[in-house]
Amino acid sequence: MDDLNCADVVKKFGDFTAVSGVSLDVPAGSFYSILGPSGCGKTTLMRMIAGFETPTSGDIKIKGESVLSLPPNRRNVKMVFQHLALFPMMNVGENIAYGLRCRGEGKADIETKVKRVLERVGLPGVQDKQVSQLSGGQKQRIAIARCMVLEPDVLLLDEPLGALDLKLREHMKIELKQLQHQFETTFLYITHDQSEALVMSDAVAVMNAGRFEQIGTPKELYDAPASGFVAGFVGDSNCLTGKIDEIRGEQARVALDGGGSLLGQLYGNLSKGDAVEVFLRPEALTVASEGTDGAIAGTVDSLLFNGANSRILVKSDTGALIEIADAMQASGLAENSRVELTFPPERARIFAKRAG
Amino acid sequence: MMGRDAGRLSLILLFAPFALWIGLLILLPQIGIGYVSLREKVGINQYEYGFSNYMAFFGEPIYRNTLLRTAWMSILVTALALALGFPVAYYIAKIAKRQSRAALFLMCLIPLWVSDLVRAYGWIVLLRETGVISTALVDWGIISQPIEMLYNDVTVVIGLVYTVILFMIVPLVSTLQGMDDALLEAGYNLGGSRFTVFRRIIVPYAMPGIVSGCIITFMLTAGSYLTPILLGGKNSSWFTEQIYNQFITRYNWEYGATFGVLLLVFTSFVVWAGLKITGQSLATTVAKD
Repeated sequence: MDDLNCADVVKKFGDFTAVSGVSLDVPAGSFYSILGPSGCGKTTLMRMIAGFETPTSGDIKIKGESVLSLPPNRRNVKMVFQHLALFPMMNVGENIAYGLRCRGEGKADIETKVKRVLERVGLPGVQDKQVSQLSGGQKQRIAIARCMVLEPDVLLLDEPLGALDLKLREHMKIELKQLQHQFETTFLYITHDQSEALVMSDAVAVMNAGRFEQIGTPKELYDAPASGFVAGFVGDSNCLTGKIDEIRGEQARVALDGGGSLLGQLYGNLSKGDAVEVFLRPEALTVASEGTDGAIAGTVDSLLFNGANSRILVKSDTGALIEIADAMQASGLAENSRVELTFPPERARIFAKRAG
Repeated sequence: MMGRDAGRLSLILLFAPFALWIGLLILLPQIGIGYVSLREKVGINQYEYGFSNYMAFFGEPIYRNTLLRTAWMSILVTALALALGFPVAYYIAKIAKRQSRAALFLMCLIPLWVSDLVRAYGWIVLLRETGVISTALVDWGIISQPIEMLYNDVTVVIGLVYTVILFMIVPLVSTLQGMDDALLEAGYNLGGSRFTVFRRIIVPYAMPGIVSGCIITFMLTAGSYLTPILLGGKNSSWFTEQIYNQFITRYNWEYGATFGVLLLVFTSFVVWAGLKITGQSLATTVAKD
């Protein structure tokens, strides 16, 4: 059975529709992410699941039971807030014991449970410390422990890594995934950072302007994006604009704005003359010798060294900047040298041009 | 070297007004009052020094009782101001929309633009035997005889609460405004009822504001003069009235000074005891960063 189901959930604030007709099913024990830019409605959706907002229409079920009539304090979903919201007037132990005390559990039980959950998050014996004495990563783990001690059906996480510095964020990604495995609880994770969603999740729902654009595994989203938005938002992509010149079955030739043309894979119902965007992953492009047919010609603008993530930045003759993956830094190119870029046509994805 | 001297000079200049204020207007008069309180006049320009004035205070029940009564009523006023001020402050800080917050806050401040005297007179106009409320009740036939609502303890307490409640609201609003709404939501999310969230999250968070508001209102009430006299009349038995009588009516500066010292010591003791009983300390509340 699914731990969480949302069926056609809509939330309107006056004339503004924050969430419009969202459905999702989160299987038990999975790490599920909702990925979207800020203002896409993902936080509103999470607040409805936690009970802080009431949906305008639609239903939310936890373990198969509708929770719409339950107030937030009686839903068995716990939430890790963006800024964690640890209670500053309580020490670590009291913070974790708060929920247990609300439930009216016995003193001895509370003590053993607090002790055990602190061991599980790898911070044994910090009960008596003040929250302000902890580091960012430790606070993070206490915020999770404070929820997990209550054994929730679903744990909601609202961009909890946003306030951490880069190094710690990378570390916490792995740690969160491990904690989820260890607790075997369903995690619903909200983020605008696609790398967080891709690394940690079993399934990701990509959200834009109040709707889900695509739901799938991280690999599906990356390899088979369902829309131009997903192709552009998940992973790095080069985006070139143009018009369809000629359709050849699954493939089409696109006349690029500013000159030149390329052959790519067609997605969606498009016909000749439609304005389109072509998405090319940096690792789909290879540098070829001059004069290769069907390639993009340009000059090397700069070499961006970043270890295994190194890139070559090429300025095409039409003026677009294109990133090419250069993991081995083996190209031996110098700045300003002439290059031709080739790619398999099936890896150039053609989507209808988005509005705006 | 020059830089350090200039720095020291500017520090001295900046510090001077504060030092002058503390020294001339607070320390010096208090020392003077303390000195006079230890003096006893035995003849023309002849004085003896000792604790006889203090002994006289403790020997005379009316003085003792007036001080105790003043303290009890001030505690009552403080408690009422807290009970009434907290919801107002909470509404302004947390529930009101951002745009209306400043207007609401200003509305609380408006009564301060009018002097204590005029505000007390306002109550007199409302509450006296020929006043607005009494007349209206007679006109509507609810009561047959005009009633006097002035000159009793209830009126004094109402008037005092009205005068000091602002000094409770201001510190409460500023502490509550600093509270992240996520704390409340976390409180509910983890299973707390409204009452639990109030008791275990809102009140502890607001404690610095509660403590400073209570200290200010208590001290202001215990030291107030106009409101108890005007609303309570001659028999209001307020301790500041005793001090006034000694200084002005009886021209007994020695007793007046003694009473002044006792009022300060006793109210300070009440504040200290209040902090002890509620388990708070100035360091963790008022002086908290």
